[in-house]
Amino acid sequence: MRILPPAPGALALGMSFLLLTGCKPVVLAPAGDIAERQKDLLLAATGLMLIVIIPVMCLTLWFAWKYRAANRQAAYRPDWDHSAKFELAIWGLPLLIIICLGALTWVGTHLLDPYRPLDRLSATEEIAEDHQPLKVQVVALDWKWLFIYPEQDIAAVNELVVPTDREIEFSLTASSVMNAFYIPAMAGMIYAMPGMETKLHGVFNHEGEYQGLASHYSGAGFSGMRFKAHATDTAGFDDWVSRAREGQDALTRDEYLRLEAPSENVAPRIYAEVDPDLFARAVNLCVEEGKMCMAEMMDIDSRGGLGLEGTINIQSLTHDKHARRGARPVLGHQPIMVTSICTPEEAALMFADLGSTQPTSRADQSRLQSRALPVPDSLFDRLIAPTIRDAGNTAGTADQKL
Amino acid sequence: MAVPANVETTFLLGRLTWDAIPKEPIVFATFIVVAIGGAAVLALLTKYRLWGYLWHEWFTSVDHKKIGIMYMILGLIMLVRGFADAVMMRIQQVWAFGGSEGYLNAHHYDQIFTAHGVIMIFFVAMPFVTGIMNYLVPLQIGARDVSFPFLNNFSFWMTTGGAIIIMASLFVGEFAQTGWLAFPPLSGLSYSPYVGVDYYIWGLQVAGVGTTLSGINLLVTILKMRAPGMTMMRMPIFTWTSFCTNILIVASFPVLTATLVLLTLDRYVGTNFFTNDLGGNPMMYINLIWIWGHPEVYILILPLFGVFSEVTSTFSGKRLFGYTSMVYATVCITVLSYLVWLHHFFTMGSGASVNSFFGITTMIISIPTGAKIFNWLFTMYQGRVRFELPMMWTIAFMLTFTIGGMTGVLLAVPPADFVLHNSLFLIAHFHNVIIGGVLFGSFAAINFWWPKAFGFKLNVFWGKVSFWFWVVGFWVAFAPLYVLGLMGVTRRMRVFDDPDLQIWFIIAGFGAFLIACGIAAMFIQFGVSIWKRNENRDLTGDPWNGRTLEWATSSPPAPYNFAFTPVIHGLDAYADMKAAGAARGNGNFIPIHMPRYTEAGIILAGLATVCGMALIWYIWWLAALSFVGLVGYAIHHSFNYDRDYHIPADEVRVTEDARTRLLAQEA
Repeated sequence: MRILPPAPGALALGMSFLLLTGCKPVVLAPAGDIAERQKDLLLAATGLMLIVIIPVMCLTLWFAWKYRAANRQAAYRPDWDHSAKFELAIWGLPLLIIICLGALTWVGTHLLDPYRPLDRLSATEEIAEDHQPLKVQVVALDWKWLFIYPEQDIAAVNELVVPTDREIEFSLTASSVMNAFYIPAMAGMIYAMPGMETKLHGVFNHEGEYQGLASHYSGAGFSGMRFKAHATDTAGFDDWVSRAREGQDALTRDEYLRLEAPSENVAPRIYAEVDPDLFARAVNLCVEEGKMCMAEMMDIDSRGGLGLEGTINIQSLTHDKHARRGARPVLGHQPIMVTSICTPEEAALMFADLGSTQPTSRADQSRLQSRALPVPDSLFDRLIAPTIRDAGNTAGTADQKL
Repeated sequence: MAVPANVETTFLLGRLTWDAIPKEPIVFATFIVVAIGGAAVLALLTKYRLWGYLWHEWFTSVDHKKIGIMYMILGLIMLVRGFADAVMMRIQQVWAFGGSEGYLNAHHYDQIFTAHGVIMIFFVAMPFVTGIMNYLVPLQIGARDVSFPFLNNFSFWMTTGGAIIIMASLFVGEFAQTGWLAFPPLSGLSYSPYVGVDYYIWGLQVAGVGTTLSGINLLVTILKMRAPGMTMMRMPIFTWTSFCTNILIVASFPVLTATLVLLTLDRYVGTNFFTNDLGGNPMMYINLIWIWGHPEVYILILPLFGVFSEVTSTFSGKRLFGYTSMVYATVCITVLSYLVWLHHFFTMGSGASVNSFFGITTMIISIPTGAKIFNWLFTMYQGRVRFELPMMWTIAFMLTFTIGGMTGVLLAVPPADFVLHNSLFLIAHFHNVIIGGVLFGSFAAINFWWPKAFGFKLNVFWGKVSFWFWVVGFWVAFAPLYVLGLMGVTRRMRVFDDPDLQIWFIIAGFGAFLIACGIAAMFIQFGVSIWKRNENRDLTGDPWNGRTLEWATSSPPAPYNFAFTPVIHGLDAYADMKAAGAARGNGNFIPIHMPRYTEAGIILAGLATVCGMALIWYIWWLAALSFVGLVGYAIHHSFNYDRDYHIPADEVRVTEDARTRLLAQEA
């Protein structure tokens, strides 16, 4: 369905000028249906507004010239300050245009909602009843893109290969900070956010190599977070998949944690095999061993939570908290770790068995694997002094001296 | 990288060490230049014995006119800093092609674009707007000063304190590398562990106190201090727009303060408001900051809409067309500006209905804005348009701003925003409205009211040079950014790989050079005008045949503004008086009650600035000391009852008689 009038001639002229000057306005000449329709809406909105913008600009120049002080021929009515007719026009005309534009917006926004599965493959090609979208899971890492193909069981870093004329369903998340995923030739951008999953549906209608990029600033290596999106025919895609499967590398959870560490301008690479739960774990911030998945936490909370004990046993819930486990902000306190929950009688029994009055820590004391940034020393520590620090050493500050 | 690998803190200096002094040659050279320049200024001030004059006549002044001028000077100084950042970005983006990394590393470049945004919005645009409002509002409503003159001085110094904190980050430590709104989780302690974001937070918190208090002050002034007879619907349109702006300030700056407090707690105490884990939600920050951020856009532009209205009506020699609809348009914009914040992040994945709602409310704002443009248009219609500098800026604004408004509505269409969000098209759009609206408006205001403030007009030749460089420079600098946005180029990029883009960046860089010429010409204009001030004297106090009350005073106005409180009978009060041939009052002068100058404002703001710096560097003893000092001094000041005096009636008579004689001579 074409919801838009054809672009006005002036715009077409402007576009051809830009094309002639060697510029490739990919937003105005995309390769995918969604971006194409977004462009149509862009041009239609521009056209609608020009109905009022052009006259305003012309009138400004004309009035300024005609009523210049030197022109004594022109009418001069210093006390004329109201006209019901003019007032009606200056409020009414923009209102009418905004009503049209608002209707266009409402329809366009719903039709082109990135969460909505495609309703057609291109202007000429309807989508078949049994059409299966290609699923791609995207993780924005510091600072590269990870693409997981769950159905093909392969993954690629900084390289996206997809077949043309097939709907692509992207599920997106990020490992540390917010980002946005953008292939201008295919469809608009969508944020990729840690601990959350967003969706984007798109399609390529023309084969080719297109620029993909990160469009939401995410830190030092942001500029290098580019990739090439290759759109090929189905045979080419199948070829690429089977070649990818021949590789040696497997994207396990450990490998993901190594990959997740910050790096810049990363060359494309392929993984022949992927842990099937990896994306779900990335979304739930529990790729690392010993972390509670957010879904699990939400499930526990929905059943009433773990009470007071649950609020202080935060180690397994700490994902990116601070540079390393046990560290805290300068005015924060030493985290209190509950290693188990039991009655006093049970505890007494247990300690009697162990022959010790000190519980041994069962918590993992190693550094967080994903991030290793320096952390300021706590004021609290220095004031409340060595007793707590020594007691706390069993629960985390051991490697702070490193 | 300037970030030390491991941050040790000491009791005396917190985390401040020698490593905090940037070693990058560009920063170091800047430091040397600033140090030499600063030393030269200090030496000159000492040589000409100006310290006493500055302290007694300016720094401790509670006169709204002097405070207004100081705001403008602060804005101009920070404009130079913010523009230097812009030039550095332009050079980097011209340079970093074909495998070149350019001349700025990520650590430096990312600080520059963050600082550019923060400085231009908070310390250029805001001081300009506040300065203009401060100077004009009491004069336009026939008041002797603002409601709380001491608070006004304090607000100014708090704003300056914030600016000092931001400037200090250039030479001690680093500034935030997060973008100008410091979105978490990137701005959280986990991903920005060093002082950059803390500089951002405390700089804005200190300045934010100033802005909020100044908003309250002007709001109360407009509500309570209007001359008898000046009903709301007889207020000059600039006062109306200032009124709405101050409502927006009072209602939205506390949101910014609270949001930054939450971020501060995350960073200092380890709460989880905006972290990824433990129930934090970074999307909450983005919503909150834009609930402040969008009204902020209108805080900046509304007073300038008022300026354009005054300028258009004065230089067309006509009453403003559609005063009432202008007032209602302003009120509409004020209300609607709270209903559109989500259009800054359509791409965060809200549903289609939510996006449509915010897209359409955004478009609706363009209706009152469009009505305003038409009103200016019909004010020119059947007028006698004089192309003095303020009017030239106004026409340049009308032509530039309509394009910026159009691209803004375009970005409000969610599907279009999905392809243009975070692109250089967006950058071009908001520079188009902020430069084309706020800066052009400020320049119109400076040219328009300069004779009122100083008693002589600005040089026209250099004014025109500056005008043409600015306007042409703006389009040469930002039209390529529109094109680049349509080529799918996004913002905050440090290096590029597509060689086709380079030519557009070169053109944009040339535009920045033209703007630099425009800024230089503006400073030359100020210099030449001051040097040859006797050639352009304004003895009448009304050089442009003005229409509102400020033109009824002498240029510059006496400290008490009006010897007699004027009585208002209609719109355009002074035009009315002139038409009616109202005589100057010349008898029965009574002593005038005035607020006394005080050093409390600068001392309190100084303590607040020290406290901010101490918190940034974790120097806890100093933070505690300065905070206790701040509260203690505020209490001490509240017991200072020597805060007013009377100008004797004889002195008023001498001043007013001299002016009456002068006006008689002129006539």
